[in-house]
Amino acid sequence: MQLFLQNMVNAMQWGSFYALIALGYSMVYSILMLFNFAHGDIFMVGSYIGFGVATALLGLTVAFNFPLPGWVILVFTIILSMFLTSFVGMFIERVGYRPLRDAPRASAAITGLMIGIILETGNLALLGAERLSFPPLIDTVIFTVGGVHLTNKKILIVGVSLAMMYALHVFIQKSKWGMAMRAMSYDFQAVPLMGISINKIAPLTFAIGSGLAAGAGILYSLAYPVLDPYMGVLLGWKAFVAAILGGRGSILGAALAGFVLGFIEIFSVWIFPSTFRDVIAYSIILLILTIRPHGFFGQAHSTQLRL
Amino acid sequence: MRLVIRNLQVSYDKIRALHGIDLTISQGEIVCIIGANGAGKSTTLMAVSRMVPVEKGSVMEFCGHDLLGYPPEKVVSELGISHVPEGRRLFGNLTVRENLTLAAFARNDKAGIARDMDQVFTIFPRLQERISQLSGTLSGGEQQMLAVGRAYISGRKLMLLDEPSMGLAPLLMISMFEALKEINKSGTTILLVEQNARLALKFARRGYVMENGNIVMEGEAMELLDNPDVKKAYLGG
Ligand SMILES: Nc1ncnc2c1ncn2[C@@H]1O[C@H](COP(=O)(O)OP(=O)(O)O)[C@@H](O)[C@H]1O
Ligand SMILES: [Mg+2]
Repeated sequence: MQLFLQNMVNAMQWGSFYALIALGYSMVYSILMLFNFAHGDIFMVGSYIGFGVATALLGLTVAFNFPLPGWVILVFTIILSMFLTSFVGMFIERVGYRPLRDAPRASAAITGLMIGIILETGNLALLGAERLSFPPLIDTVIFTVGGVHLTNKKILIVGVSLAMMYALHVFIQKSKWGMAMRAMSYDFQAVPLMGISINKIAPLTFAIGSGLAAGAGILYSLAYPVLDPYMGVLLGWKAFVAAILGGRGSILGAALAGFVLGFIEIFSVWIFPSTFRDVIAYSIILLILTIRPHGFFGQAHSTQLRL
Repeated sequence: MRLVIRNLQVSYDKIRALHGIDLTISQGEIVCIIGANGAGKSTTLMAVSRMVPVEKGSVMEFCGHDLLGYPPEKVVSELGISHVPEGRRLFGNLTVRENLTLAAFARNDKAGIARDMDQVFTIFPRLQERISQLSGTLSGGEQQMLAVGRAYISGRKLMLLDEPSMGLAPLLMISMFEALKEINKSGTTILLVEQNARLALKFARRGYVMENGNIVMEGEAMELLDNPDVKKAYLGG
């Protein structure tokens, strides 16, 4: 039982990463019928931006001899990096995807792959192959509750992730922008007839997805503080699997499937040798998709399915 | 205010759907376009709301503005031209209230929006009863009411209506047209397209008859109702 709970805690942490990244895939897909294959690399860019912001803030506190507690710097790092990375997403939408809006979806998909390669190799060219280590903003504190080890970081990661997801949910359900995004997911051609420009809703969606990816990147770096240009590849693909497993375009499904993925992975390691983790975990997911090809919440209405 | 269309040509994949049509509407008018299926009626409305590209040489002006200089969303938000498209195109995953709220997306006049919402509920009390229901679960008549209500809120200098009687029982058709008359009296110019030619000509002041992408006849609605050719082709003899 103890071991089970311990695994649950770890699964929740990994699930948070997958869920936050999967949301970006799902949101973009739901409004543009497009899988943004550069999204894993936006996670990577967000982590690097987080690194830059954290380092700069630390430098400033030293320069002005004004020491701030680590958690304050962390909060600013998360907010600023999400904000800055949202512009990366909007830029990619503008130069990469908008010109191809009426092109075949396969062209748009390989555009994403190419943007991903550019981001990875661009980073490599700019910063070199050396891995960076994310500044340790807060110290790890371990609590033991009933034999289960919790750390302040794990609690923070899961808590902040859930809070971000809840905020997204409220935004999509209550704000008029969220309403427009839902409308666009139902019938994007009818959206301009309401006086709403698709060229406002699409960048907004990329901005939010990229911001969440940056949030995931910083939380990830708290737990695993090593940055390298390819850190978003495998994680991005796994989050993409979560987005599909959740049901294409389903926001709730993506979040849920992110956690399911975390659980399956962690519990594979519990039973099987850890080198088999992904083999086992993704065989299970393959099996789930065979039984439910549309994922958990695959939409039946999909009047405009293009991929 | 006037809508002036001259030499409007539209093609789909090199197949011409409109062969250069002319059409004029004055402030406050109700004008209908009748014609058989495939004549080009919906295409005409879509050209005005800029949902389809037009060929070079086409002229479309609204109140002195060149429509060709406006993207679709600005035709609605800046010029006040709303379009109830074929099939209504409601957002079925949104509630009635959300559909109406979305129609006011580009507007900033809170008081005006509230007033227009009230007005919509006065014209269509049924929508108020269904306000929290998903629009995809409304009956056909209620969906048509919502589509018109949405148009009323999004832009109502000129309303383009594509077959508002489609799929409605005869009694509902009549009450829908009465509601449209009400909206027209409040200052909205109406251009509607109908396959139900008799109904449309009774309701409109003037009419155009379309065949194969051309306007083949135009005139006072009364005259068209009495015209032997129109009678034979569109009014069942
Ligand atoms: N999306 C489209 N692609 C190709 N051809 C179309 C399209 N929409 C309409 N058409 C053609 O254009 C012509 C006019 O259609 P339409 O304007 O819908 O007529 P109506 O509304 O009078 O029934 C028809 O021949 C129709 O087949
Ligand atoms: Mg039609």
